[in-house]
Amino acid sequence: MANFDQELDATGLNCPLPILRAKKALATLATGQTLRVVSTDPGSVKDFDAFAKQTGNTLVESKQEAGKYLFLIKKNV
Amino acid sequence: MADKKLSIITTKGTLDWAYPPFILASTAAALGYQTNIFFTFYGLQLLRKDLNLKISPLGNPAMPMPMGMDKWFPVLGTALPGMEAIMTAMMKSKMKSKGVASVEDLRAMCMEAEVKFVGCQMTIDLFDWNPKDFIDGVELGGAATYLASSGGADITLFI
Repeated sequence: MANFDQELDATGLNCPLPILRAKKALATLATGQTLRVVSTDPGSVKDFDAFAKQTGNTLVESKQEAGKYLFLIKKNV
Repeated sequence: MADKKLSIITTKGTLDWAYPPFILASTAAALGYQTNIFFTFYGLQLLRKDLNLKISPLGNPAMPMPMGMDKWFPVLGTALPGMEAIMTAMMKSKMKSKGVASVEDLRAMCMEAEVKFVGCQMTIDLFDWNPKDFIDGVELGGAATYLASSGGADITLFI
């Protein structure tokens, strides 16, 4: 996974908490910075895709690794 | 994206039915939707300062019960005294173990994200409830208030 500016551990959290926490974390970042989110919620795969599309941020990477879901979101707005 | 609007009417006041409006509203707000919820009839219970929400297996054949109880447990058994408290405690502990947020937390997140809460004045009058028992920041109004704040909504839901 590429470099990131901040990491959010959302493991063990269920819908909609990973999204809500990610939104909060992104608010603290500057435009162009990236947030890595680690989640265990299988629903978060589609949710982060939808989140990025609707907020205008870029989902740079979305992958599954050792039972965890990893997302890299670049803040655009 | 900030222009999208979600409008929800919530009418139910049990623990399970508290989730759909607060989950959708908090998420919508995080996605930049302008969001409002109108609480009417039993839905107003979700706005109490002291939340004491319960679930009931009574009259709900779809509700899963522990140890396959829903398969063999007699329907009348779900009406036994204490059943509601037991099922509520079980549901709360299950939610906690699965990382599901509490209703209190979700409601707080909605408020933090400036979701607009409107309580039904008629319901408060009908049940002789005290407006002071409800959380601060709730606007009271009626059907016209709801329609005024929900006109042009992209998504409208009745829960």
